[in-house]
Amino acid sequence: MEASHMLRRREVVRALLEDRRDLLVIAGLGAPAWDVTAAGDHPRNLPLWGGRGSAAMIGLGLALAQPNTPVLVVTGDGEMLMGLGALATIAVKRPLNLSVVVLDNEHYGETGMQRTHTAYAVDLAAIARAAGFPRASVVRSEDDLAVVRASVHEFAGPLFAQVKVVAEALPLVLPPREGALLQARMRESVLGPEAHLA
Amino acid sequence: MNDASSLTVDWPDALFGLLKAHDVTHVAYVPDAGHARLISLCEADPALHAVLLTTEEEGIGLMLGGWLGGARGVLLMQSSGVGNCINMVSLGITHRTPMPMIVTMRGDFAEFNPAQVPMGSATQAVLEAMGVAVRRADAAADVAPVVDAMLRLAFNTYRPTAALIGQRVIGAKTFGME
Repeated sequence: MEASHMLRRREVVRALLEDRRDLLVIAGLGAPAWDVTAAGDHPRNLPLWGGRGSAAMIGLGLALAQPNTPVLVVTGDGEMLMGLGALATIAVKRPLNLSVVVLDNEHYGETGMQRTHTAYAVDLAAIARAAGFPRASVVRSEDDLAVVRASVHEFAGPLFAQVKVVAEALPLVLPPREGALLQARMRESVLGPEAHLA
Repeated sequence: MNDASSLTVDWPDALFGLLKAHDVTHVAYVPDAGHARLISLCEADPALHAVLLTTEEEGIGLMLGGWLGGARGVLLMQSSGVGNCINMVSLGITHRTPMPMIVTMRGDFAEFNPAQVPMGSATQAVLEAMGVAVRRADAAADVAPVVDAMLRLAFNTYRPTAALIGQRVIGAKTFGME
């Protein structure tokens, strides 16, 4: 598919987070964290600055702790590839409220646009499906993306979507860097002021 | 479970009681002979999320996610798994997240398998190099008090901690050779 017809990551994330309601978001380090922040910094976002390979597992821990709230992990193909075992772990637990969306530009954007395994046709959605995700798809169009956007709120997960996006270097939109702040503000948003007395 | 003799014999049961007493609900684990009884007790409890991991560092992410949603977690693993977790422990340091790890030692007292010794020898040092508070129990009667102390330190002061259970308590695996 020509690049001019491909989805663009910032527009994808903006669409996923539109009218987000009580959605909780974990953003993988690097471009996905900048993309989520570009859509609007929010107490219910946890953009990661490190811990590469952990985003999906953080989503699982949160989804199990708050089963009545939808949880969305937005991460990159490189970050997901480093923690593929998490797909097996999540599939075993089957949290209905967890969605994992991989923004797949087939490149390591933060380190100089080297190719990732997905550029060599490694199919992350097929891996998720084989692990036992009841819904896992490759997304290449705005119509398919709209289906994912609706599904995130449907409690019929775990859901996995590999969204093919243009490999592009965009202006950085940095979230706060202080991890204790990011953690505390999400906890307060979920648990109220008592979060700080736990 | 109050007298020393029952702690000596039943330390896995004592640890299960401690997890319940500290309101732990997320129990992440990689299968491990030393933790086998504790893992079975956790899996049988419908109030707990016993989460089977493919590799130990997944448990670090799980504990952070749980804490974001108000749940308390622990990670059960062998000392070899500590090596798999080291970079991921950064998450607990930077976010100030309670992350108690309960580690059964290999490559320790009377080890048979040479491959267990390098990581077993380095376990405490690498955890401490990352800024994780570490205490050891080398007698059965010390296991529950040490784990209790490290659970309290993690949850009350918001940090990763590790309780190491020495191989002298668990016994060395001899592969049928002794």
